[in-house]
Amino acid sequence: MNLMSGVEQEAAVNQAIEPSIKMRGEKVSVFYGDKQALFDVDLDIPECQVMALIGPSGCGKSTFLRCLNRMNDTIDICRVSGNIQLDNEDIYAPHVDVVELRARVGMVFQKPNPFPKSIFENVAYGPRIHGLTKDRTDLEEVVTTSLQRAGLFEEVKDRLDEPGTGLSGGQQQRLCIARAIAVSPEVILMDEPCSALDPIATAIVEELIAELRENYTIVIVTHSMQQAARVSQKTAMFHLGNLVEVDETDTMFTNPKSQKTQDYITGRYG
Amino acid sequence: MMNEHTVTAYDDELKLLFRKVSEMGGLAERITQQSVQALSNGDVSLAQAVIVEDAVLDRLQNEVDENAILTIAKRQPMAMDLREIVAAIRISGDLERVGDLGKNIAKRVIAVSDLFQPKSLMRGLEHLAELGTLQLKDVLDAYSSRDAERAQMVWHRDEEVDQLHTAMFRELLTYMMEDPRNITLCTHLLFCAKNIERIGDHATNIAETIHYVVTGEMFGENRPKGDRASEIALELDGEQAG
Repeated sequence: MNLMSGVEQEAAVNQAIEPSIKMRGEKVSVFYGDKQALFDVDLDIPECQVMALIGPSGCGKSTFLRCLNRMNDTIDICRVSGNIQLDNEDIYAPHVDVVELRARVGMVFQKPNPFPKSIFENVAYGPRIHGLTKDRTDLEEVVTTSLQRAGLFEEVKDRLDEPGTGLSGGQQQRLCIARAIAVSPEVILMDEPCSALDPIATAIVEELIAELRENYTIVIVTHSMQQAARVSQKTAMFHLGNLVEVDETDTMFTNPKSQKTQDYITGRYG
Repeated sequence: MMNEHTVTAYDDELKLLFRKVSEMGGLAERITQQSVQALSNGDVSLAQAVIVEDAVLDRLQNEVDENAILTIAKRQPMAMDLREIVAAIRISGDLERVGDLGKNIAKRVIAVSDLFQPKSLMRGLEHLAELGTLQLKDVLDAYSSRDAERAQMVWHRDEEVDQLHTAMFRELLTYMMEDPRNITLCTHLLFCAKNIERIGDHATNIAETIHYVVTGEMFGENRPKGDRASEIALELDGEQAG
């Protein structure tokens, strides 16, 4: 009996500290020309948590991710309908400055893509074009802090003027994360950030994600179920452009409600 | 039942695991039933056969553990698969204990074979054993059909096993008080009765595991306890003191 009431208490505490909603998608549909890639997706992204988007290739998870900072705008034939909010404001409203939006909602890609410039310049680029720093000292501080937060500073501090492309894959990916952090985003989108990395570099990035969660809201697309289970608090399952199920990650990987989720995460997806 | 995995070797591994657990179930059931049969018939050779069979059960449990660990390492199972594998490990652990308890009864058969065994006492024990064996059989059927409702029925019926065990305890105490020459036999029978009651408890553990496999949720209920044997001891202490 005591055990039960303990569990109930814990549930009550969890209820009380339920995070607020950082981003909200309502009836989000995406079309590439005549082809609809996403169908009326309603999904809330909780603040300062990691949300994992999973599902088989072509399920729409990356498409949804790219809607969150309007990356799909760069594709001519792509049309987005529905409503996406960041802090209760429509990010597709006409007055929204897309460049500013992408500073608030940063992105890290599957393949590390540092600029062909020095390590320092890779990180300094964002703050400079957004005018976030007032002088060189200020800029150096932002670069140092960002590299530290990305867990890369110690490894590169003596060669900041060397090209970013000369780093190892895992270091390059952390450089890209440092670059994303440098403009003080609120949300970081990650599209399979570890799929090109070896297990050690993957573990370092996962450790980093756990640290970043304290200050940033993170949405990660991953093909590794184990990674989703390890790094996220909430998981959303997509299939054929539909959101199938969203739940606490711990529940999702032990006791999913939907048969499609069950089949996918257990390796029965035909 | 579930669809098949894309990787067929994964399905083969799981099937092998379930087959071994089922095999253990059949063996545990037989050990329980035969140990009591040996006891009521004073059949020493059957008792010896039971003792040998328990070793097979121990070996199977090691195999189940090894297979399960290897599958976890290779496949990183999720959801239903994960629950199934955890259940196989837990159930095989319960069944191995059931085998030990049956073996312990069989050893006592050899110890009490020369003693006079009053019919009424043996009948009480046989009745308890019938119920215990039925519990085990039902819960194993519930496991092979992944039937959470049936498992729950077993779980609730454990109260009856407990009550019978308490009655048996009182009866044995009475015999011992009547004539101290009964003490050797009755002490052995007391342990036998306790063993059967423990087998019943393992059946309820298995029932809880089945509930978890099927529903994905831990069995939250508190089981009504029908075993009052420990309190009887206190009553007697009181009588002696007064």
